[in-house]
Amino acid sequence: MCIVTVMSIGLTLLGLLEPGPRHGYDLKRAYDEHFGQDHPLHYGQVYATLSRLLKNGLVELEAVEPGAGPDRKRYAITDAGVTDLDGWLGRPEQPEPYLSSTLYTKVVLALLSGRPAAEILDTQRTAHLALMRTLTRRKAAGDLADQLVCDHALFHLEADLRWLELTTARLDALAQEVVR
Amino acid sequence: MTATPLLVGRDLHRTFGATPALAGASIAVRPAEIVAVMGPSGSGKSTLLHCLAGILRPDAGQVRYGEVDLSAAADATRSALRRTEFGFVFQFGQLVPELTCVENVALPLRLAGTRRRPAERTAREWLERLEAAEVAGKRPGEVSGGQGQRVAVARALVTEPRVVFADEPTGALDSYHGEQVMRLLTEAARRTGASVVLVTHEPRVAAYADREVIVRDGRTRDVELVG
Amino acid sequence: MRRWIRDLALGTRLVVGGGPTAWLRLAMTAVGVGLGVALLLLATAAPTILSGHRARSDARDFAYTDGPASAHTVLIRQTPGSYRHHPVHGVLVQPEGADPSVPPGLSRLPGPGEMVASPALRRLLAGPDGAELRSRYPARVVGTIGDAGLAGPREYAFYLGSDRLTGRGQRIARFGTEQPRQPLDPVLLLLTVVGITVLLVPVAVFVATAVRFGSAARDRQQAALRLVGADRAMTRRIAAAEALLGALGGLVVGAVLFLAGRQLVELVEFDGISVFGSDLHPQPVLAALVAVALPAAAVAITVVALRRVVAEPLGVVRQGVGRRRRLWWRLAVTGLGLAGLVLAGLGRDGGGGVSLPAVAAGVLLLLAGAAVLLPWLVEFAVRRLPGGGVPGQLAVRRLQLDGGTAARAVTGITVAVAGAIALQTLLAGVSHGYVHQTGQDASQRQVLIEDTVPMTAGQRARFAARLRHTDGVRRVEAYGSDTVAATDDPELFWSVMVADCATLRTFAALGDCADGDAFGVDGTDARAPRPGEAVRTTDSPHGARLRLPAGLRSVPARPDPTGMTHAGLLLTPAAADRLPVLGGRLSTSGFVGTDPAEPDAYDHVVTTTVRVDPTASVFSLQGTQVDARFGTVRRGLLLGAIAVLLVIGASLLTTVLEQLRARRGPLAVLSAFGARRSTLTVSVLWQTAIPMFLGLLLAVATGLVLGAALLHLSHATIWFDAAGILGMTGAAAAVVALVTLLSTPVLWRMMRPEAMRTE
Ligand SMILES: Nc1ncnc2c1ncn2[C@@H]1O[C@H](COP(=O)(O)OP(=O)(O)O)[C@@H](O)[C@H]1O
Ligand SMILES: [Mg+2]
Repeated sequence: MCIVTVMSIGLTLLGLLEPGPRHGYDLKRAYDEHFGQDHPLHYGQVYATLSRLLKNGLVELEAVEPGAGPDRKRYAITDAGVTDLDGWLGRPEQPEPYLSSTLYTKVVLALLSGRPAAEILDTQRTAHLALMRTLTRRKAAGDLADQLVCDHALFHLEADLRWLELTTARLDALAQEVVR
Repeated sequence: MTATPLLVGRDLHRTFGATPALAGASIAVRPAEIVAVMGPSGSGKSTLLHCLAGILRPDAGQVRYGEVDLSAAADATRSALRRTEFGFVFQFGQLVPELTCVENVALPLRLAGTRRRPAERTAREWLERLEAAEVAGKRPGEVSGGQGQRVAVARALVTEPRVVFADEPTGALDSYHGEQVMRLLTEAARRTGASVVLVTHEPRVAAYADREVIVRDGRTRDVELVG
Repeated sequence: MRRWIRDLALGTRLVVGGGPTAWLRLAMTAVGVGLGVALLLLATAAPTILSGHRARSDARDFAYTDGPASAHTVLIRQTPGSYRHHPVHGVLVQPEGADPSVPPGLSRLPGPGEMVASPALRRLLAGPDGAELRSRYPARVVGTIGDAGLAGPREYAFYLGSDRLTGRGQRIARFGTEQPRQPLDPVLLLLTVVGITVLLVPVAVFVATAVRFGSAARDRQQAALRLVGADRAMTRRIAAAEALLGALGGLVVGAVLFLAGRQLVELVEFDGISVFGSDLHPQPVLAALVAVALPAAAVAITVVALRRVVAEPLGVVRQGVGRRRRLWWRLAVTGLGLAGLVLAGLGRDGGGGVSLPAVAAGVLLLLAGAAVLLPWLVEFAVRRLPGGGVPGQLAVRRLQLDGGTAARAVTGITVAVAGAIALQTLLAGVSHGYVHQTGQDASQRQVLIEDTVPMTAGQRARFAARLRHTDGVRRVEAYGSDTVAATDDPELFWSVMVADCATLRTFAALGDCADGDAFGVDGTDARAPRPGEAVRTTDSPHGARLRLPAGLRSVPARPDPTGMTHAGLLLTPAAADRLPVLGGRLSTSGFVGTDPAEPDAYDHVVTTTVRVDPTASVFSLQGTQVDARFGTVRRGLLLGAIAVLLVIGASLLTTVLEQLRARRGPLAVLSAFGARRSTLTVSVLWQTAIPMFLGLLLAVATGLVLGAALLHLSHATIWFDAAGILGMTGAAAAVVALVTLLSTPVLWRMMRPEAMRTE
């Protein structure tokens, strides 16, 4: 399974571009290093996504070196791209199971781009807790079946929160590793 | 969310020797509100709770309870407040081992001057409400963790305090008994209109609160200080 | 055996490597046991203290001789025996030949006007307190008496060289006497045996408590050991190792304390008696016994105590909580003790004297009975106690839950007080045999002066005037005194008192009296002198013959303030003047009435007298007099009882502190709930006071029974010294109050919120 879901590859690439312009090949390498694990990104996917971002005005091409092939193009993030990225990073994910992959991506990107990663985690925590409170209240009002269903969700949310907690505690170590 | 806060701690600092336990924590608790104080262990949650309850005096900052400045009040004043306006639940060792459960519950009433018989009658009612009537005559050593904690909650609520301070009240319990204690605690608090300051690092426990305050390295984050 | 060694070694390693708490526990045990050891060693050294003291006083003592003067003989005169209520051994010396006997501690006899003084007296003379003593003897201090010549290091002693003793001093052949060893009489022996037993039992209880210091921490350690797989026997042996280490440490501490005590003992003084450290030798056999028995007992106590404690991997369970204590075997111990005392008495009735081992065993068992009865009594009494307020409720519930610990804490005090009351009773009961009614009447005249150098009537009047002007003196009756012998009966001597009528009325009911009258005293053991009878003076072997006045009136005798009547002549000055010899120089005697508000009046009288005549004797009159040895035994026992109470107070304090520490959590929570300091302080006081009250009740009962039994053994009428018993009980209660007082700061510290941090 890929850590980053398809719909957020574009945002991820934006995040990787934020520290500075990169070649498409560079981008793929950086992506694979941080998020690819055993499923590296295909070149085709990279270029398809980049062209979508180009079309939406979220990235732009820097001066192309003369005589260069497609992989010699340097992409840079635009202001619109930064705004999009900000919005995404600052928005909590809908609390749901197996969320950590997206969150992880967000945290790493925040670290790479020098944003306060802890705030991302805190925002997420607030969202999680809000949902947990709702579930807890529903549980108190509902019948046994409701309770069991709610509890199931609650335990999963709690697992996420624990992960958030742990990640918060290890943020410094993670930052060192990512930025290295 | 607009009522004036009942209990406010503002920019609290407290060091133990060289260890800074609180380094600028702020919190506001409104009447009948349940606030969870969360954070990793050692972050200063208990110290914050002790300062709010007038058990500890902060080195700097202010704690106001209604009109009273707890951070400046004399020990006698603070003790009197604790006897009459506050209730406490702790994680361990909070029941007096030589007293029976009902005597334990009656203790705060008796410390506040109620006579033994009426105090124990009220205590029994509270034990019933907390589904712990069956342990009334037993000593704390003879009851289970969950029962003991319910007795502790009954003891915290028996004086119908305005604020209940609970420090990891479920810390020593499994999920089932922890949930039970939390349910009973919050139900009882809502019924009596007590505010609860709930220190915990467990999200599921914190979910019983109306909102949470996060303490990290002795500082609170995301505080919406009212008033 | 191999397992024992292995587990002991493991236990040792656990203690040594166990960090500060393990060391603290070990130190507490060692100090506790050490105090006990020091007391035990002191008890075994008691005989050498007594014999050392006696040997020293014998060596410098002297016996008067009737023999002729020689090169070795010395004339001596003892000076008044006290200064400011402190005994003084002061001797005037005058050698009669070239090679006089020299007392131990001196290299030569001091010459006229020279003084050799003990170190303590030299210090006294050098300081402001010695000013009056200095003014008595205008002498040059030329040397210091060595230790060999002193009964104790702080004794006041001096030798003053004189040239005025010819005809006035007593002759001695040499310094040093060998008084035959008088065996202690049976009652004193009984007292001593009972006393030592009674003092040692609390020490034993104390040692037993000491090896259990820190048992809560040890319990946790045991549980941890069980968790990693030690079986019960192993944990017990490992715990025994700790107790053994503590006891061995205690031996070292005890030896050090004892040696330090030997140095320090010379600094203290008790009842005018001080002891040389070098006289403190523990009896080797007994000391060895202590060294072996104590560690063995420590291990035994631990193993026995742990039998009721089951260390499980998840914690320690105390068995017997909930199980009622049984009464019968506790009473049986007491019963056995009484039986022992009865048995001891049987031997006496058979003519064999009281069996001392049986007495000691009986006393031991009775006291042990009190010790084992106490937990039962506490449990029984507390079971139905309601406990009024919050403090009372907390205390009573605590006692109901764990009365044994509370009872153990006061067991030491209970047996100490029981023993002390028994001793007190025994002492009071037998004391009528040892407190002599002297017959003296000290209510009107308190000081008696006797035997001055001969002086004229004028000199005597001036002497009396000087006495009257002395501080603290209210009235003085001085008279010239001499002796005459009957001519018809070589055994019959009469005193002659020459004074005005008022003074003469001290000795007889004179009726009418005017200067010139003479009286013969009638109504004494001896025949009264007859008018016109011839008598002989006694100033030389063949004294001058005198004829008594024809007008001698016979008058009935009356006891003087010394309680005695004198057969003899009472002469007014004009009557004396008509007789040769008796009208001349006479030795002066006198009675002095002093101001009771002036404590040093006696000393001032002595000073005035000695400055007139250093060889005069001055006595203070006393209605009763305690036999010297009996007084020492009584004071020694009281001192011992106080020392034991203090040591036990220290152990009580550690126990109370340990209990407080174990209750740190609940205490902090109570204070979080707003409990007042006073509430908890009073609760702690109750918690100690209830067992203490029960303990003292038991102590008084045991003490009275034991005391009565002992009195019965010593043939004395049974009589209880209420004041003494109250005093003892009060002292014990004061110790408890003191302990509570000392423990309150710790209690308050525990009530501070910092204490609330758990794990
Ligand atoms: N009484 C105390 N003495 C010394 N240090 C303390 C004391 N109370 C708290 N601390 C220290 O202050 C910090 C915060 O402690 P605490 O408030 O108990 O944290 P939390 O309850 O969040 O685990 C910790 O580092 C702790 O060691
Ligand atoms: Mg805490």
